[in-house]
Amino acid sequence: MKILHDFLTMGGYAAYVWPAYAVTLLILMGNIISAWRNNRRILKKLKQQLLLEKTP
Amino acid sequence: MYKFLYKLASPKKFYELAGQSLPWCVGLAILLIGYGLLGALVFSPADYQQGEAYRIIYIHVPSAFLSMFIYLVMAFCALLSLIWRIKLADVILTVSASIGAWFTFLALVTGSIWGKPMWGTWWIWDARLTSELILGFLYLGVIALKSAIPSREQKDKASAILVLVGSINIPIIHYSVYWWNTLHQGATISRFSKPAIAPSMLYPLLAMIAGFLVYYLIVMLIKARTEVLYRERRSTWVKELFT
Repeated sequence: MKILHDFLTMGGYAAYVWPAYAVTLLILMGNIISAWRNNRRILKKLKQQLLLEKTP
Repeated sequence: MYKFLYKLASPKKFYELAGQSLPWCVGLAILLIGYGLLGALVFSPADYQQGEAYRIIYIHVPSAFLSMFIYLVMAFCALLSLIWRIKLADVILTVSASIGAWFTFLALVTGSIWGKPMWGTWWIWDARLTSELILGFLYLGVIALKSAIPSREQKDKASAILVLVGSINIPIIHYSVYWWNTLHQGATISRFSKPAIAPSMLYPLLAMIAGFLVYYLIVMLIKARTEVLYRERRSTWVKELFT
């Protein structure tokens, strides 16, 4: 338990260390997810356009 | 080798190769960042001066490194684009700008959170912090320029020139801690001297830097594939992709 306690309190610097890691995690994940979703969106759009071109 | 590079610069080949290499990159990034985080938060000892607060270094240094590295990638792409008119270089330059901007933001924010307990202030207008802030504005400038000019050719050219002019800032950031008196500490890792850090702290830090690099590669490849597809939407290979 002491190990876990030490880990969470970060020697009194928890209020600095954890937010720094949290904001990094948030931005890194957000970047990947938004890139991925944008990829899907463009794929879908191009597919639809192509279908429209094909049907006269 | 040249033949391979020449082929790679073709949008179709790039699209395929990038798609194939993405899963490997994801695996590698998870391994590197996983090991790095374990070392950063659990196994490495506390710093003798800064206590546990120094653990921010494991995300601050990789972010700052990437913010400069991505700019160098963009400057290289700008050269390729302006001199040899390689289309793929414009794509990589375009999609890297926002990733670089985010890493600059992260470097500034994590540095600020680190600075508060260590220096007693969130922000100070010293050389390292100010030049990094300018780097952030350069990224935003590239993004703004891209969205302000409608013609693709003009916007690629204008942003390539802006990136090249702005690259003067990179050595200024790097040497700012030596040229000026600053609160910011000197380099932790240097190519020319023994690192000023114990191995138990060094290896997780190196793993985090490598992990962030692979992370950049992942996001860049996803975005570049999207951009290539969109730019080439009129070409036959894209049309064949959907049939």
